[in-house]
Amino acid sequence: MGFPFKPHPRETLVLSKHFGEAEARSLDGWKARGGYRALEQALGMDPVAIQNVVKESGLRGRGGAGFPTGLKWSFMKLGDGKPHYLCCNADESEPGTFKDREIMRWTPHALIEGCAIAAHAIGAETAYIYIRGEFTEPLERMERACAEARQAGVIGRNAMGTGKRVDVWVHKGAGAYICGEETALMNSLEGKRGNPRIKPPFPAASGLFGMPTTINNVETLAAVPHILVNGGAWYKAMARPDNPKSTGTKLWSVCGNVSKPGNYEVQMGFPFKEFLYDLCGGPPRGRNFKAVIPGGSSVNIITIEEAERAVMDYEGMADVGTALGSAGCIVIDDAQSIPRQVARLARFYAHESCAQCTQCREGTAWTTRILERIVAGDGTAEDLDTLLDLAENMTGKTICVLSDSCAAPVVSGLQKFRHEFEALITRKTVHAVPTIVS
Amino acid sequence: MSHGPSATGGAAISTAAPGHAHEPYVPVFTGETKARLAALMERYPTKMASLLPALWMVQEARGWVSPEAMAEVAQELGLTAAYVKGVVTFYTMYHQHPVGKHFIQVCTTTPCHVCGAEDVVKAFLEKTGCGELGVTSPDGKYTVIEVECLGACGFATPVMVNSDFIESVTPEKVPELLKRYQ
Ligand SMILES: Cc1cc2nc3c(=O)[nH]c(=O)nc-3n(C[C@H](O)[C@H](O)[C@H](O)COP(=O)(O)O)c2cc1C
Ligand code: FES
Repeated sequence: MGFPFKPHPRETLVLSKHFGEAEARSLDGWKARGGYRALEQALGMDPVAIQNVVKESGLRGRGGAGFPTGLKWSFMKLGDGKPHYLCCNADESEPGTFKDREIMRWTPHALIEGCAIAAHAIGAETAYIYIRGEFTEPLERMERACAEARQAGVIGRNAMGTGKRVDVWVHKGAGAYICGEETALMNSLEGKRGNPRIKPPFPAASGLFGMPTTINNVETLAAVPHILVNGGAWYKAMARPDNPKSTGTKLWSVCGNVSKPGNYEVQMGFPFKEFLYDLCGGPPRGRNFKAVIPGGSSVNIITIEEAERAVMDYEGMADVGTALGSAGCIVIDDAQSIPRQVARLARFYAHESCAQCTQCREGTAWTTRILERIVAGDGTAEDLDTLLDLAENMTGKTICVLSDSCAAPVVSGLQKFRHEFEALITRKTVHAVPTIVS
Repeated sequence: MSHGPSATGGAAISTAAPGHAHEPYVPVFTGETKARLAALMERYPTKMASLLPALWMVQEARGWVSPEAMAEVAQELGLTAAYVKGVVTFYTMYHQHPVGKHFIQVCTTTPCHVCGAEDVVKAFLEKTGCGELGVTSPDGKYTVIEVECLGACGFATPVMVNSDFIESVTPEKVPELLKRYQ
């Protein structure tokens, strides 16, 4: 639902059905809402059978890359005699994204159940939920729910009396966007600096503690119990009739210059125009939408015209030259300066670069410096080409894609709003905006 | 992380350490705290994996992570103090210096920025008497920093005061909010 607003009739509430209901947070409350039936069912199933249901559902990872979940699970070699691990990625630091936070705040048991099912399906006895350190309330709710589930024997040495062992632990991060990158998260959990690792080896071969590991986003895992109970076909049916590649419901976090910011859950294939104007209430009074970054700050900026003809699924977003990403939808109105916002985004990436790769460490820093210079009214005509040149060197050349993510808003911003940059350089704009000090 | 690359850098935390200099170090991991750490270590196949949680326990107890505390953690987990320091410096949330009694973090990343987060920062700097980012107020009560996306962008501007997470802060709400943190 458009939490904290009342659900809109056009939403499809699956994951967010119980947002706002304090009783759903307790074990009893969760069971009263049908909770842990899926886990009970799953523990009696063969792991491969669970993987097949998830494959059939078409569920794709909600952390950003959209990788098919069932397929990812099937990479885990069952019965290889090694300990397997599940990591749940609750680092949620992608600007614009705040959906996992609500899942953990309101339905902590949904996530525990999803983790336990996934762990069983990949032959793991231990799952770690890595939560960013700033999420103090979600951390507390998850800790409490885990303790409650463990005490009741739902998880632990003898999960639900089946003789199977499934432990779920919460691990607190300490402030680093990069720890959302899957291999950086594993390093961080191991007690190391959160530097991403070179792949291969991929986590399914050598992940956490060097053992076969699967990592999934909070929302991905929270969807799993619903899929088991209702069946893969039920989930798959929530899609555009002409696009079976994006299925199910999706939580969209909406923020920025919009009348009703919040989380909205709609089926894949929802029209973006109706979403922005009806569900989210359109722009603030007296303003117009100008641009949208639909999938968290790492995807391309699109104009409002492009957004209005877009369809909200993986392919629909790709069709207008951007990506669904983490579905953190940042809306920008006509009172904002695009160069200034792009400069602020670049600063984010410069601050968050782990500094392993030169292209990223230097590229994000120089991009920020040049953009802030332009915004301050000190840009030169060559600066725009230099920015594009830098972006080229930052794309596809580093261990992880943080560097590419910094280049995306710069290149797309320049493509679509070049006149705003040029106006600042030729000083046609009167309001020379001061840089942000941080 | 705050590696401070050539062109930009994070907020520098004031290095003024009010009166901590020559007191003898009192270990954190004794009694109940030591037992808690031992229980925590059971969750992981390596001792090293307890490092982030152990550092959190230090910060909860002392308000910051001193070099002496790093050495103590290193000893508890069979690591070197240099290794522990390397990890501490990677993460922005561990304080390597004492901070004001109330540590205030204001999100200013793009989604909050377009909603006026900068004015919220200004209000905090003014009303706390800090004047500048990263500098502790003369009364030792407050330190204000800008922070990157707090993961609550729909509720601009989110602010963290110590471990409290406060949503939808506007410049007008700042004086009232500060009354709760004296
Ligand atoms: C710089 C960077 C930051 C990321 N941050 C997150 C994050 O905060 N949460 C998340 O779920 N995935 C994040 N990802 C994606 C993960 O690497 C990974 O693809 C995801 O957790 C896999 O889960 P899924 O298949 O369920 O989506 C990030 C990736 C990169 C490169
Ligand atoms: S940008 Fe401020 S919370 Fe995300």
